[in-house]
Amino acid sequence: MLRRRVIPCLDVRGGRLVKGVQFRELRDCGDPVVAAERYAEAGADEIVWLNIDAHAEAWQELLRAVERAAERVDVPLCVGGGIDRPERARELLLAGADKISVNSAALHTPDLIDRLAEMLGTQCVVVAMDASRGDGGWWTYSRGGMQATGIEAIGWAEEVQRRGGGELIVTSIDADGGRRGYDLELIRRIRERVRVPVIASGGAGGAADIVAALQAGADAALAASIFHDGETTPDDVKREVAACGLPARV
Amino acid sequence: MSDVCVVDYGAGNLRSLRHGLERAGATVTVTSDPNVVAAAGRVLVPGVGAAGAAMAALERRELAPAIRSAAATGSHVFGICLGMQLLFERSDEGDVECLGLLPGRVTAMTFARRLPHMGWNDVTADDGHPLAAGLPAVCYFAHSYAVEPADPADVVATTELDGRRFASMAGAGRVAGTQFHPEKSGPAGRALLRSFLAWSGDAA
Repeated sequence: MLRRRVIPCLDVRGGRLVKGVQFRELRDCGDPVVAAERYAEAGADEIVWLNIDAHAEAWQELLRAVERAAERVDVPLCVGGGIDRPERARELLLAGADKISVNSAALHTPDLIDRLAEMLGTQCVVVAMDASRGDGGWWTYSRGGMQATGIEAIGWAEEVQRRGGGELIVTSIDADGGRRGYDLELIRRIRERVRVPVIASGGAGGAADIVAALQAGADAALAASIFHDGETTPDDVKREVAACGLPARV
Repeated sequence: MSDVCVVDYGAGNLRSLRHGLERAGATVTVTSDPNVVAAAGRVLVPGVGAAGAAMAALERRELAPAIRSAAATGSHVFGICLGMQLLFERSDEGDVECLGLLPGRVTAMTFARRLPHMGWNDVTADDGHPLAAGLPAVCYFAHSYAVEPADPADVVATTELDGRRFASMAGAGRVAGTQFHPEKSGPAGRALLRSFLAWSGDAA
């Protein structure tokens, strides 16, 4: 039976692991390859790296870190952040990423999804969206959740699938960082409308929140701070998931 | 120690595969030279992306005849993910003719509620194939098409998705492949790569 996945997300800048509050007060927290290896050993079903500096020099450092990760991490690695053209996606895959994720650039140039899917295959192309509630629905934001796009989130999820996106990371801006649970209604609504896997993101405060997201229909759940702060491990969370009757790789 | 030739036709991430093989004890050559492929005793066909583009790339670089030639002269040929699909006769993805080393075709998994089939799933062996020693195991998948061997005896292992079983590992003679990614499947995947390196003679 296909397992539900638990995925730690790491913020990376210039090939270094960073932590901060909503991208402010960033602290250097070491080597993201070491952290990815540690999470893989602790049961991570997959690792996501979110690159938060797209400048040329930082990009080269990112590629070198991805190369090292590919040598040492034997679970899939998805890398996103700063992919504004197909060449950058290709560079990441050649460096050793298994999947890439696009966000802002896809909202501004939706055709990028079609081009990536054609070039790399649907199963490699993850589309991340940041959404916030308003006017009786959810709306997407670009540039790290800072810029309103006027694009409605559920419709965007359908368009992503139509264009060849193979997976959706759905982040609730409202829930992100609050550690009071994912926006389950958003997950349910998108789950009803697309066939591609949906990864819930934003708001995990503990294993119970991850279980709730998976019960709401998410195929996977992404979390950052609960793992980074050492409160829990992917294995611990997956045992909870399994105890609640959902398939997990334990 | 065993030598493996990984066919490079621009299919993306070969780095984790190379290191996975090296961790399993192999000496790895990654090459797009058809002469090297044709002469190799152990050939690995990787693959991500779409079947049409992959076959076009293999033909353009004269790697398709090189892989066929290696198989014809008794080399062990192993395909991973799209690389396994390419070993069959034909793929519905782009309606393209493939390498034809295994009888059967590749079809869309229209039965699945969710596509792509993405994540960790059970792989259960049906017979005593030399590569199936580490099974059953939970392995990592990322695909929307699956192989349908013409001869049921060529199905080495299966996986269940939404109430249907598909061939997640197939092979005949010295040709075999997995739909999952052993290089991304933790300890179970490492065991399978080691089996490939130790594989000698024909499958039963």
